[in-house]
Amino acid sequence: MRRKPILIALLTLLAGSSLMFAGTVSGKVTYTGTPAHQKAIDMSKEPSCAKQHATPISTETVVTGANNALENVVVYISAGAPDEGQVPTQAITYTQKGCQYLPHVLPMHVNQEFEILNDDQTSHNIHPLPKVNIEWNKSQPPGSPPIKEKYDKAEFIEVKCNIHPWMHGYFAVLKTSHYDVSKEGGDFKLPNLPPGKYTLTAWHEKYGTQTADVTITGNETKDVNFTFKATAY
Amino acid sequence: MGLLFLAGFVSGASAQDTPDAGPKPSLVVKPMESHIDNITGHAANAKSDYRRYCAGCHGDYGDANGENAVWLDPKPRNFTLATFKCRSTLTGTLPTDEDLYNTLVRGIVNSNMPVWNTFTKQQRADLVAYIKIFSPRWEKEKAGEPIKIPAEPPVTIDSIAHGKALFTKLECWKCHGPHGEGDGPSASTLTDSQDNPIRPYNFALGKNDSRFKCGSTNQDIYKIFMTGVDGTPMPSFADVIQPNDAWDLVHFLRTLQIHRHGKENEVLMSAHGVIPPYVDKNPAPAAAPADNKAPGGGQ
Repeated sequence: MRRKPILIALLTLLAGSSLMFAGTVSGKVTYTGTPAHQKAIDMSKEPSCAKQHATPISTETVVTGANNALENVVVYISAGAPDEGQVPTQAITYTQKGCQYLPHVLPMHVNQEFEILNDDQTSHNIHPLPKVNIEWNKSQPPGSPPIKEKYDKAEFIEVKCNIHPWMHGYFAVLKTSHYDVSKEGGDFKLPNLPPGKYTLTAWHEKYGTQTADVTITGNETKDVNFTFKATAY
Repeated sequence: MGLLFLAGFVSGASAQDTPDAGPKPSLVVKPMESHIDNITGHAANAKSDYRRYCAGCHGDYGDANGENAVWLDPKPRNFTLATFKCRSTLTGTLPTDEDLYNTLVRGIVNSNMPVWNTFTKQQRADLVAYIKIFSPRWEKEKAGEPIKIPAEPPVTIDSIAHGKALFTKLECWKCHGPHGEGDGPSASTLTDSQDNPIRPYNFALGKNDSRFKCGSTNQDIYKIFMTGVDGTPMPSFADVIQPNDAWDLVHFLRTLQIHRHGKENEVLMSAHGVIPPYVDKNPAPAAAPADNKAPGGGQ
């Protein structure tokens, strides 16, 4: 019987040690070639949204930055993730503002609850178009309460508003919470990875996916970069 | 005669006559059932009827890939997705057996889906069961609960006025147009979930007996906008319209059917064709129609 507390202490130490030696994968996402030209959006049919943008915004299918940076790329652990099935309890939000989706790509864990908000003075309909999850389509007039939903299968889901056809975004439903979306400069960072072998996948809505294998042995930072071949159309 | 012609057209459409494009997986007819009143439908009993009357458009494998499908607009339903337009259940849920059965009885107006009144009730029930073999959702999920529809209140000019205010506030006119003629500012951009162009319903078209895709009664209209028409741009309003408010919207929508002889248009005519402004005690911001036309059948 005396051995039980010792065993628990040892297990606690082991669990703690994996966090003590947590590693990080970071890098940049860039492109080569000529990226697709993004068109300015004409919101004149929706003045309440148009006036929220000092200058017309552009479509966000391909968002680039200085030094060939590619933004809105979801980088995640696609194999070896230590947290599969560990659904985060905190809700995440997807906001419609200025007739735009903020963020353009919303990553989430399978079965994680997310909230959709309408911060505009116009009605939107939220119409995600899943292929393996269940399709639904809901109206959300101004002042409506948040729409709370979750998806039970991993999938990249296109989201659109039929009323405002320029509104276009994605839900990235993943089996892990070890993800990031490349930001300005193309940077991404996946911290708190225990030692192990992982496959990283980078997904872009137009330019597809790339993968890379990485091994974390301890408290270290591994650099992994992705370069997508951009096409103009 | 027209139906006979259509039935003949459909019957010749089995994939058995198409050139061999390689081996296809054998179709397993799962032992699915349907329950319509006191009748139990069995998928196995509908195999012949499905292949003869349905497969030409919906495909042998239920994937909307029948040989007639390429010529059809709107496209036939893809049963492998288990996404159905006409439901009494909330958006994203499976329809009830009665919902599917009623679609067979009713057909779908403005599409190539005919009224299947040549079948017996048992044949239709068997076909409803057969539709379920194409998607695993039917084995994992139950049908959604039908929405509760309160008794319809009397039609009054006030209920029509409130319905008109909702039509404006909820921005139905963005697609259906300020007068329900299917010409709203977003109408020309609409596509269904398979990216096929689709038109919003034009309420003003048709005569006295004009129907909607999912029925013709006031209860049907109520269900259509509360549950949404899944697979199309028409969303569900169940989370944003209170049940009695929904009836007011039904009453107003009926006045957009300007050729219909019904109680709603009688009430409107009694008010000299004028829908008075609705006075909301708790006004919320609402956008105005882009062309500044007042939505509605009244002045």
